[in-house]
Amino acid sequence: MSRTRLALYQVVLIAAMLAFWFAMTTPGLVSAPFARNTAFFFGKPVEVAKVIVDWFASGKIYPHLGITLIETLLAFAAGSVLGLAIGLWLALSPTASALADPYITALNAMPRVILAPIFAVWFGLGIVSKVALGVTLVFFIVFFNVYQGVKEVSPVVLANARMLGASSRQLLTHIYLPSATSWVFSSLHTSVGMAFVGAVVGEYLGSAKGVGYLILQAEGVFDINTVIAGIVVLTAFALLLDYAVTKIETRLLVWRPRTAETEQL
Amino acid sequence: MTAALSLERVTCTFSGARGRYTAVRDASLDVAAGEFVSVVGPTGCGKSTLLNVGAGLLAPSAGEVYVHGVPLQGINPRAGYMFQAEALMPWRNALRNVMAGLEFRGVASGEAQTRAREWLARVGLSGFEDRYPHQLSGGMRKRVALAQTLILDPEIVLMDEPFSALDVQTRQLMENELLDLWAADRRSVLFITHDLEEAIALSDRVIVLSAGPETHPLGEFAIDLPRPRDVAEIRLSPRFVELHEAIWHVLKAEVLKGYAQGKRQ
Repeated sequence: MSRTRLALYQVVLIAAMLAFWFAMTTPGLVSAPFARNTAFFFGKPVEVAKVIVDWFASGKIYPHLGITLIETLLAFAAGSVLGLAIGLWLALSPTASALADPYITALNAMPRVILAPIFAVWFGLGIVSKVALGVTLVFFIVFFNVYQGVKEVSPVVLANARMLGASSRQLLTHIYLPSATSWVFSSLHTSVGMAFVGAVVGEYLGSAKGVGYLILQAEGVFDINTVIAGIVVLTAFALLLDYAVTKIETRLLVWRPRTAETEQL
Repeated sequence: MTAALSLERVTCTFSGARGRYTAVRDASLDVAAGEFVSVVGPTGCGKSTLLNVGAGLLAPSAGEVYVHGVPLQGINPRAGYMFQAEALMPWRNALRNVMAGLEFRGVASGEAQTRAREWLARVGLSGFEDRYPHQLSGGMRKRVALAQTLILDPEIVLMDEPFSALDVQTRQLMENELLDLWAADRRSVLFITHDLEEAIALSDRVIVLSAGPETHPLGEFAIDLPRPRDVAEIRLSPRFVELHEAIWHVLKAEVLKGYAQGKRQ
């Protein structure tokens, strides 16, 4: 299928789904009691659009989006730095790694979202508890990638650097660290996504600001339109974030071979 | 005169999953200052093990290594090593790969860059400074590796089948370039190969190793072909053919032995 045709079908698909949603919730097109029921459970597309337009027109959404963004970025940064440091340390120290191994496995297996109430008690309902939740999610992704990255440094590249006179400190900064960071970048999409999940889930479980908070408030009064509007905004925001990550990634990983470098004309 | 590099009764035993394995037993060899020595032997006979011992990357189980008469401990600081596999740092471009050794030795960045540019020019890669290894062809990567090794002005150059991955034409070009570079400032070279023709064409002396395990030198042949040589033309000279016949006579039995062992495993 050609590109334009594919895009056309994609638009048709979403339009059809919106039309179906609209039809099922509009009295007159379906019977009035049925429409009332479906509108209660699924909201109405036009109302959802109105909420979103109102949010952006009045600027009411920006402080909430800002908070969610800050939480995401802080969680990502703190989780990455921690994961990088501890990953490097454990990968380079066999004793520490052997000692920590079962606990790392256990912590990773634990459903960490469940820590949110504890963090709320520890750090209150502000930003910190959400960042802490995001950090626990991001940390393990980065940690395992760094650990793997260090273990998989090519022994030949390592031997070569040693023959060129690198001290063990220089091996760390010139071989292990670049190799590990490349693995961190390759997991960038997942870890930014996880930081975002941590922020939103944290907000949803107890907060005074953020998009998750908006959704929680609306749910409390069965305002399904606002809930869906919040979900739509979050999704759009996640897509933007992902796009930004792709941009950063291609800039930082120029040295990495791409599988296909030919261009379709 | 003491040899630039001498291995005395070196034995290397590895303990692996399938029990102990002695790759090299009682191997002795010398490389005089300014001499080009090749070591040939059947594949898998422990040639690389010998080279790693000479480089100080591997401590022998028994025996001694002397560098200009001084016992070697740890990495051999007077040796440069050109590996068979890809050894360039993939996250550094050609220029920064070539200057890596200078950087490790604390040479100021400006001076290191100037010298790296000179060396890239010497191996015919001016204009490719900004390319990353994956953007270079196999032959170009070998040139970068050669410049990376030689820029440190090592007294002993260890080469482990450096050109075995190249096609025949590129290989002959590289061999001639290597001879030119070598003739310019006569370092000691210990060159490992499984290709007898390459060994004869390049060397002052060819050492034949027995098939593994328990590899040891079987014989030595002085190559009295006139220099400067052209590797493609010298192969046609009658003296080359004579030498080839004499060495092959010794090598053939070992190659067959190695082949038979390979089949049994």
